[in-house]
Amino acid sequence: MKIYLKIWRQLNAGAEGKMINYEMDNVIPHMSFLEMMDTLNEKLILEGDRPVEFDHDCREGICGQCGLMINGRAHGPLKHTTTCQLHMREFKDGDTIYIEPFRAAGFPVKRDLKVDRSAFDRIIGAGGFVSVNTGQAPEANGIPIAHEIAESAFDSAACIGCGACVATCKNSSAALFTAAKISHLVKLPQGKVEAQKRALSMVAQMDAEQFGHCSNTESCEVECPQNISVLNIARMNWEFGKAAIFRK
Amino acid sequence: MKPKPFSTLFRKYLMALTGLFLCFFLVIHLLGNLQLFLPAEMARNSFNWYSHLLSGNIFIKIISYVLYAAIVIHCVDALLITVFNRKKAGNYAYDKRAVASKWYSRNMGILGTIILVFLVFHFKDFWYQYKFGTMPVDDAGNKDLYEIVIKAFQNIWYVLFYVLAMFALGYHLLHGFYSAARSLGIYHPRYVAFIRIFGIWYSYIITLGFVAIPLYIYFIHY
Repeated sequence: MKIYLKIWRQLNAGAEGKMINYEMDNVIPHMSFLEMMDTLNEKLILEGDRPVEFDHDCREGICGQCGLMINGRAHGPLKHTTTCQLHMREFKDGDTIYIEPFRAAGFPVKRDLKVDRSAFDRIIGAGGFVSVNTGQAPEANGIPIAHEIAESAFDSAACIGCGACVATCKNSSAALFTAAKISHLVKLPQGKVEAQKRALSMVAQMDAEQFGHCSNTESCEVECPQNISVLNIARMNWEFGKAAIFRK
Repeated sequence: MKPKPFSTLFRKYLMALTGLFLCFFLVIHLLGNLQLFLPAEMARNSFNWYSHLLSGNIFIKIISYVLYAAIVIHCVDALLITVFNRKKAGNYAYDKRAVASKWYSRNMGILGTIILVFLVFHFKDFWYQYKFGTMPVDDAGNKDLYEIVIKAFQNIWYVLFYVLAMFALGYHLLHGFYSAARSLGIYHPRYVAFIRIFGIWYSYIITLGFVAIPLYIYFIHY
């Protein structure tokens, strides 16, 4: 297939960027989207041009590293799919594809399609953990947890932190990401102990990282590769409100 | 850690609480207006008596101040949130994000502005007129608000303006009702499903109720 690409090129965080046109002649429909990008980069290197930088790691849809805005949608035209799990068979011969980095005040562009998502790390660092003394691993069945609760907590824990929720949100809100972690931990007995402190600290960090307000358009759930439910956001709102009123 | 009084979530609680209060008010307002569907003379007596009752009651007076405050807070908070969000939002050269959400969810600000413009006219023509204007008096000695209402809706453009504004209100409620519940933290799937359906019916009934009044007066009453 022949594919026309319009890709955001930017030398560094301080530089002005712009969309640059590329043409690809022998794109195979079975290629993954990132393999297509690799092929483009090989071509650019042979031509003495600077390759397009983009984040990627496992290419199995589980690590959350890859994330591109493809034809105006986070991770491309499919719902609940990472960029690496998108294949060229979703496009037609002669298509023009726009490729841009995830954009938000909280996600500054480092170079080309690579963005700095360390804001997410700082949100997790503010309370997305359980404080326990290290030592002997405890007996696995020592704390009984009902099957439904474990499953529900795992659904929230499935977030891979790719940032598609922020990229697709009209307000660049990180509510779904922050909420998934708050709600994952508060559902489990080990996490309940620090629930108040966690809700307050993580929301404060989320605000400090320049993300916008959540206005419940629910587009984040649609684009989320892990289909994280927006009801996690409701849970965060509940836990934060409870903590603000009853905090010790 | 102490929660900041103007954190993003506090802002949303404020929007939700004032919004839900206004939702409650709409029900009371619509119920009162239903008197306009009575036969002409009965409607005049009943509606004017009801208006007089409301304007003289101290309890209603207190609630009316809460109402004015709710409208102002809801608007100002919305404006601040929107300006803040615009600054944080990412812009794309090619943007198809809209396919992942409803148009009315993304345009609550525009819908809200239409409603606000409507409210300016609505207050000027009925609320201000009743409180500070010169009013005709009916046989029972009450201010004849019924007459003012009937006269206002003889103009087709005025009727159309009302109908348009009520549809804007309808879509605003369609998002606003469930969104308020979400912001306040109703997270259990069972109640969420109920609120979603209740919100849809609530929006339909409020919209159709308020749309029916000017249409009824214009096309059937006279």
